Amino acid sequence: MVEKIAANTVIEMVPTYLFRWEEPQQAYVLLYPEGVVKLNETGAAILKYCDGTHTAKQIATKLSEEYTTDVSESVFNFLEVSYAKGWIRTKS
Amino acid sequence: MPKDGSEPSLDGLGIPMWLTLELTYRCPLHCPWCSNPLDFDKFKNELTTEEWKQVLADGRKMGALQLGFTGGEPMLRKDIEELVAESEKLGYYSNLITSGIGLTPDRLKEMKKGGLKQIQLSLQSSDRDITNKLVGADVYDQKIAVAYDIKAQGFPMVLNIPVCKQNIAGTRDILKLAEDLEVEYIEFANIQYYNWALLNRAEFLPTREELKEAEEIVRETRERLGNKMAIYFVIPDYFDDRPKACMNGWGAIHLTIGPDGAALPCQEARVIKGLEFPNVREHSLDWIWNTSPVFNAYRGDSWMKEPCKSCDEKEADHGGCRCQAFLLTGDAANTDPVCSKSPMHNVIEASVAEAANKHRVERPLVFRRKGAITVEFLNTVE
Repeated sequence: MVEKIAANTVIEMVPTYLFRWEEPQQAYVLLYPEGVVKLNETGAAILKYCDGTHTAKQIATKLSEEYTTDVSESVFNFLEVSYAKGWIRTKS
Repeated sequence: MPKDGSEPSLDGLGIPMWLTLELTYRCPLHCPWCSNPLDFDKFKNELTTEEWKQVLADGRKMGALQLGFTGGEPMLRKDIEELVAESEKLGYYSNLITSGIGLTPDRLKEMKKGGLKQIQLSLQSSDRDITNKLVGADVYDQKIAVAYDIKAQGFPMVLNIPVCKQNIAGTRDILKLAEDLEVEYIEFANIQYYNWALLNRAEFLPTREELKEAEEIVRETRERLGNKMAIYFVIPDYFDDRPKACMNGWGAIHLTIGPDGAALPCQEARVIKGLEFPNVREHSLDWIWNTSPVFNAYRGDSWMKEPCKSCDEKEADHGGCRCQAFLLTGDAANTDPVCSKSPMHNVIEASVAEAANKHRVERPLVFRRKGAITVEFLNTVE
């Protein structure tokens, strides 16, 4: 069961997750206490905006601009999965 | 170590992404499931601070990301604060894996300042008496105090519970304690049977029913807490019919350095007789990882025998654990006997049946102590 994320909620990273570029891997990675996830290009592009200043809707708009096609649905899917995994949270 | 509820580590591109430093085999506790060698006392020639720093720098150059400081008890090293600060400077995500003994608020503060990211604290039970008996020392109150100190310093914390017959009935209570402590992660680490744990296997193995009950409690708690606390619970491989994808494969993403500088594909690898582990005092980390015979011995799948060789699942589990194959079948290239396809799977079934046998002869636990056992005649120890 994946929880829905409301369009107007502001998203931020959960502080125990460290999101950064890794030169040797040539990829964005997500580091956390029990592991490391190498992100694909789109995943990284989405997480870049999960900085506590963008709403889910704004992130979807940004990505749709960058990819010059409406990718809102995939962005919301990715955010919901990331939320379920505990990578991101909604800013209160 | 792939865990239920966590992400599988993705393709490491041949990079040792996980670096584990066993800073020392010394430890104030006597846990009878200790993963350290049976002859731990032999390893007195520990790497110096400068030597560890060199390992850190070389590892990072090769692309290592996750760093574990472990032991023995890593807090027995007086230079851990310095090594933490160095690892932060180099850009590691550093984890401290500790029993909590020696972890004072001052040292915690210093390591927080130094950039330590996370602490894994072992706890055996929420019951004082059971904990003290299991570790062979009167440390329960100290461990709980340390747990609160760790949270007070704002560290994310993993509570690590070695699951065995002696504590499995307390699953609900320890989850409650973890909730009160507001830990981010709790890991029910079913004991893995190597070294000291293997000596005590018959006493530690829970029954299938006990495991099912604990798993059900974990499931209920997960449902109730959502993503407030991550709960890892791995059914011990003895109860599975497929082996664990141990270390994501030999020499794939994990590199462990022992107290004496020996480079190991995993923390248990010394149990495999006949391998001469390269030492960071004599070889470059790059050579060790990429070229040394040991790290290439079971890399990939060209070493495999049947039934692994022609198995369509070999990509998924890499034939299981080399150390377990060696310890239980006598050949590290054999299929991990946990696999039901292994011709020697009966050794696993027999241990599970023995654990469930109510009329078996109980034996006292063998605690990790110098002189507790004689290893002279064991061919699994060099």
